[in-house]
Amino acid sequence: MTTLVLAWSITLAQIMLGLAMLCTAARLVIGPRAQDRVAGLDTFYVNAMLMLLTFGVQTGRTLYVEAALAIALLGFAGTVALSKFLMRGEVIE
Amino acid sequence: MIQAPDLPAWAALLVALLILIGAGIALIGSIGLLRLNSFYQRMHAPTLGTTLGTGFIALASMICFSVLQSRPLVHELLIVGFVTVSTPITLMLLARAALYRDRPEGELEAPPLETISDRS
Repeated sequence: MTTLVLAWSITLAQIMLGLAMLCTAARLVIGPRAQDRVAGLDTFYVNAMLMLLTFGVQTGRTLYVEAALAIALLGFAGTVALSKFLMRGEVIE
Repeated sequence: MIQAPDLPAWAALLVALLILIGAGIALIGSIGLLRLNSFYQRMHAPTLGTTLGTGFIALASMICFSVLQSRPLVHELLIVGFVTVSTPITLMLLARAALYRDRPEGELEAPPLETISDRS
């Protein structure tokens, strides 16, 4: 019984995170300026990381945690590089 | 895809509650990113998902794996620590870049210059 409750709430959480990713993807597409798109991308990868953590709980494998950590690291580097580019026009001066 | 690990009742209910709260907070933050009006208001919304959302879901994941393998398993602390440190850095860099781009264009949404120059 409680396992069923857990299974349904994990699925519901994945649906909610999917909706959150849709919202950020809409912000990524409609803009209106470049900094809005970068903020949307930043939130998008955080939501994707949370979705991977829920997959890890669902299947009971710890592999997903490492994948989520990789997304967090690479997304941070990407957002910093994009902000730097918006500010200066170059990533590495 | 309806499946879940075999957890004792208290752990299953706790994990379910924490995951639902975390996902709901992340959803609220993303809706805020979509619906708020100006860029400087929109910067605030996603921090909900990155702090509280990540915290709750990582806590649920830690409880789940610790109960499953019957030993403390706290890999998720790495994610929480890293996201907590990196989010303010990225958002400050992005806001500075936006100010740098908006001011010369006389963008009306940009905060006035005096508040910054008084401080520095």
